[in-house]
Amino acid sequence: MHELSITRHNELIDPTLHIWSWQIPVYLFIGGLIAGMMIISGYFLLKGRAREAKCTCFQLPILSIIILSLGMLALFLDLEHKFYFWRLYTTFQVTSPMSWGAWILLLVYPALILNLLLRVPVFILNRIPQLGKISEKMNAHPSTIKGIATLNITLGLMLGAYTGILLSTLTGRPLWNSSVLGFLFLASGLSSAAAFVHMIAKTAHERDILTKADNGFLTLELVIVAFFFIGLLTSSASHKAAADLLLTGPFAAVFWVFVIGIGMVIPLFIQSLAIKNKIKHTVVAPIMVLVGGILLRFVFVYAGQYSHWLIHAGLFK
Amino acid sequence: MAKFGMVIDTTKCVGCMDCVVACKTENNVPEGFNRAWIVEDVMGKYPDLHMEIRSERCNHCEEAPCVDVCPTGASHYSDIGEVVLIDHDECIGCKACIAACPYDARFIHPDGYADKCDFCFHRTSKGKNPACVDVCPTHSIHFGDLDDPDSEVSKLLKSRKYHVRIPEAGTKPKIFYLT
Amino acid sequence: MNSISRRKFLKISGATIGAAVLSGSMSSFVKGADNKINKKDIKGIQKIPTYCAMCFWRCGAIAHVKDGKLWKIEGNPDDPLSKGRLCPRGTGGVGTHYDPDRLRSPLIRKNIRGEEQWVEVTWNEALDYVAKRMIDIKKTYGPESMAMFHHGIGATFLEHMMKSYGAINFGAPSFAQCKGPRDVAFNLTFGETVGGPERTDIENAKCIVLIGSHIGENMHNTQVQEFSKAVANHASIIVVDPRFSVAASKAKYYLPIKPGTDIALLLAWMNVIVNEKLYDNEYINKYGFGFEQFVAQLTSYTPEWAYPETGIEPDVIRKTAREMARYKPATLVHPGRHSTWYGDDTQRSRALALLNALLGSWGRKGGLYQPTWLDIPAYPYPDYPKSNKKKLDNPDEKYPFAIEEITTGVREATITGKPYPIKGWFVYGTNLPYSLPQPDKTIEAIKNLEFLVVVDTIGSEIAGWADVVLPESVYLERYDELNNPSFKVPYVGIRQPVVDPPGDQKPNYWIAKKLATRLGLDKYFPWKDIEEYLDYRLQKVGLSLELMKEKGIFLAPEQPIYYEDGVKPYFGTPSGKIEFYSLQLEQKGFDPVPKYTKPEEPPAGYFRLLYGRAPVHTFSRTQTNRILDDMMDTNKVWINKDVADHYGIRNGSFIKLKNQDGVISNKVKAFVTERIRTDCVYMVHGFGHTSKMLKGTYMKGADDSRLITQVKTDPIMGGTGMRVNFVTFELEA
Repeated sequence: MHELSITRHNELIDPTLHIWSWQIPVYLFIGGLIAGMMIISGYFLLKGRAREAKCTCFQLPILSIIILSLGMLALFLDLEHKFYFWRLYTTFQVTSPMSWGAWILLLVYPALILNLLLRVPVFILNRIPQLGKISEKMNAHPSTIKGIATLNITLGLMLGAYTGILLSTLTGRPLWNSSVLGFLFLASGLSSAAAFVHMIAKTAHERDILTKADNGFLTLELVIVAFFFIGLLTSSASHKAAADLLLTGPFAAVFWVFVIGIGMVIPLFIQSLAIKNKIKHTVVAPIMVLVGGILLRFVFVYAGQYSHWLIHAGLFK
Repeated sequence: MAKFGMVIDTTKCVGCMDCVVACKTENNVPEGFNRAWIVEDVMGKYPDLHMEIRSERCNHCEEAPCVDVCPTGASHYSDIGEVVLIDHDECIGCKACIAACPYDARFIHPDGYADKCDFCFHRTSKGKNPACVDVCPTHSIHFGDLDDPDSEVSKLLKSRKYHVRIPEAGTKPKIFYLT
Repeated sequence: MNSISRRKFLKISGATIGAAVLSGSMSSFVKGADNKINKKDIKGIQKIPTYCAMCFWRCGAIAHVKDGKLWKIEGNPDDPLSKGRLCPRGTGGVGTHYDPDRLRSPLIRKNIRGEEQWVEVTWNEALDYVAKRMIDIKKTYGPESMAMFHHGIGATFLEHMMKSYGAINFGAPSFAQCKGPRDVAFNLTFGETVGGPERTDIENAKCIVLIGSHIGENMHNTQVQEFSKAVANHASIIVVDPRFSVAASKAKYYLPIKPGTDIALLLAWMNVIVNEKLYDNEYINKYGFGFEQFVAQLTSYTPEWAYPETGIEPDVIRKTAREMARYKPATLVHPGRHSTWYGDDTQRSRALALLNALLGSWGRKGGLYQPTWLDIPAYPYPDYPKSNKKKLDNPDEKYPFAIEEITTGVREATITGKPYPIKGWFVYGTNLPYSLPQPDKTIEAIKNLEFLVVVDTIGSEIAGWADVVLPESVYLERYDELNNPSFKVPYVGIRQPVVDPPGDQKPNYWIAKKLATRLGLDKYFPWKDIEEYLDYRLQKVGLSLELMKEKGIFLAPEQPIYYEDGVKPYFGTPSGKIEFYSLQLEQKGFDPVPKYTKPEEPPAGYFRLLYGRAPVHTFSRTQTNRILDDMMDTNKVWINKDVADHYGIRNGSFIKLKNQDGVISNKVKAFVTERIRTDCVYMVHGFGHTSKMLKGTYMKGADDSRLITQVKTDPIMGGTGMRVNFVTFELEA
């Protein structure tokens, strides 16, 4: 028997850490989603397949800007010292993923705007007709398109990975002490983005492309999840206990049923059938992927906060 | 360069919490929060028990994860004593430092910034002891320069057995517990 | 402190001190110091010495006031008790000044008693009313029918006022509910009590035996400081406790005794020491009385006999007895303090005293030293009025060896009205529903009263039952009587106001004097104000208030405190010796040598209720101090892990306790732990408050007093044994 009695009872810290509630998982999900969309959109632009995926390339930038702003709002709501947020931009802290993230986000917006300018939405064009000319000029140079595509892909990769790396540098929480977290969140962002675009895509062809891509991302995610657990389970007792939070512990039900089952395995199965034309493409699978994607962030943020170097069993607070 | 550290004698400590109280009045720590705390660590089966009582607080780690993850540089090492400090006016309250700390030493002050033990920097930067050291009725807490081989803390570490908290997190804590 | 023992302390005369002061630092004190309390306008930090009142230890403190506001309190380095380091309560005393639950103005009851419905009144109205009611009682029943319950040094002037009024019935729970058995037992054995601060030379002890003392959790500052010093010096520590206490974790030997069987262990230890001739022969020859008869009575108490009673293996009993003997006379068997447990407590304490006597530790270094005392003459008051009635706390000397008043006796007489009625209570500094067992009886007595006045700083439970509540300023806002305890060094300390009270609170001496005037007792309060009173007394020993306000503490020249340093042994017993065999007890029909009686076993499914203290709280009066509340905001019920598993109680879950009489506690968290035996449960006293005026602590945790519906009274001195209650668990749905 090992008893640890701790007299501390600080708000948000005890009895278990709960500094982050819905805002952070929502932001992390949106960050991943946007990252995925930037990469997908950039990929089509880069490959000159923009026409194949019109929706993807031409509607995503404006949607991304709106959704990302909602994510940023969530992030802002989480800050405890809100009106000092500008301090992020008076410095660059090389060891802090959050500092990286702040600057990446600052670059994401212009990248999205450049992408948007390639095909300015009508409602904007009506208001600012001059943008049409700029757009024309940009489209006239393939290198500009490629440049914008590369910029979006690069920043998308950075944005997607940083959300995971952010957690993995938080030494205090063993569940997060895994370098594959960046890849996991990136893959999840890509699959969410693919699912999202699938939902808004207008043509069956586009849906087919995205479903195939999504199945690739989902498969990749499952592999990364496996690596994630292998990493923790072969590490210290605290890491093993942290992995058990998801595998068998208080978060296992949500993790297995929603994140793995509904979020990955079932849509993978459904989408495989759709690709083989055994069933029609519907929004069911993409919705499942998106739900799984959100819950992945929730589960990781909550379980991560719960995980501790001092194994919880027998902790007396 | 001085490197401030603490050596706490668990064999003498009775866990009375005077260190926690003194910290609270000295630093005006707000109601509902404490910068220090007591841990009673019990092993065994009654009546064959072993109990270690520890007065814990921020470890002022040499490899402080809270400093690494801070996006604004609000968390930093002091020039005097390499104490981990927080500049309130630079803190945005993102809480990454709180999540990064394996010791749960930090919390959000009601005014919005991250807060924790600062080794009573207003005292120690002027050569005095932290309040918890001077109040301890059992004289269990020692403070000094770890780089100075003649300091009380260095001598204690040379002559006694000790451990640090959660060494496996790789943070190199500067609070040492004598056993 | 009772007067019997006081007289025998080594006194320091005024002349000695006068010389010391003159040769000392007379020049350093400030002339014409500002007498005003209000220091709000003063910028920067002021350091004002005073002495603490967070418990009764009275450590010297230095309050720090920053820009006119109380900032922090540190120990006074000159103070021999704290040596400059206060305990957590003393350090947290700041929270007592700022406590939002403090009483702010005098209150008069609106509706029926105990409803806590009040009308706020002025001091004039309140005092006029109190005086009128007291005069009524005096006229109708006589002043003897107005009783006083009190605790602490703050009661001094109010007690004086009550005596001037003609009251003769007083009671402090510190006797019959706390240290009474110990004081009586040591008085019977050595002719002197152990006093308070106890005369324990812990720091020099080479072997310390704690049986019924949880030093460390019981935060008597000096004792804790010395204990940890002894630990650091590798003193051999033997701890006997049904609970693995903090002290137990420092022990070389931890003896997990069955509750209620201490006497069996003590007798067995003495049996070993006597049989193996390990005692201090020379000491006993010189100072002992009745040793042979004592030895004759010990023969059957072998470790093998004690084993089934105590659960302590014979081998361990022998080893620990030899360990004690190895270090004698620097072996301290701590006398403990709270000792009203099983009804045979005086005999238990006598066994403790005798074990010390066997080891020769009384009067010796590392044992129970001979304290010294600075004798400051009392203020000359006129004689109190004579009464032809007898005190009724101990009628016909039913408890022949009671050396102080028995609170529960006063309460009983209030209920029965015999031998004469008690119609008024004046209560100061003691929360009777918590400090007396069987709180229902306290309420029953209160219902018989015509008048109940309570002086308190917070809206305690007893204040809730009052007709008039008088809000007292806290120790940081007032002067008080001088503190000159018997201790290792003779000294005197003063309490002085540090900050203004936050509301319309007044100090006890002010209340006493104002009431005295209204009661026509001005001649008993000849001093103009408290400063004059204190200065008068201090001048008698060559000091002055001015000097003391600056220094806080004056240390008189040290005196020897050990026999080996020249203290002449003196025993105030009938034989003039250490009474191994007590003829006094024998004459009154008690066992002259302690005998063991088996404790009652808990009924099946029930557990003995044990209670104790936490270092961050004092009784039931510090829970609303927000700083201390932040340290510990509730008590928990300690339940052995196996027992908890059996009942399906999880650590941290809420349960209720139900005692053998069906009384159910407030809900309280379970602390599931290996640190306690399976036949008992434990909780810290002082929580589970039911007074709505105590917002900060209302209904947090459970109150052990409420569960103490049974007591076993010590026939020797009237103490109420309170560890005779059993509880079972009511799980929260």
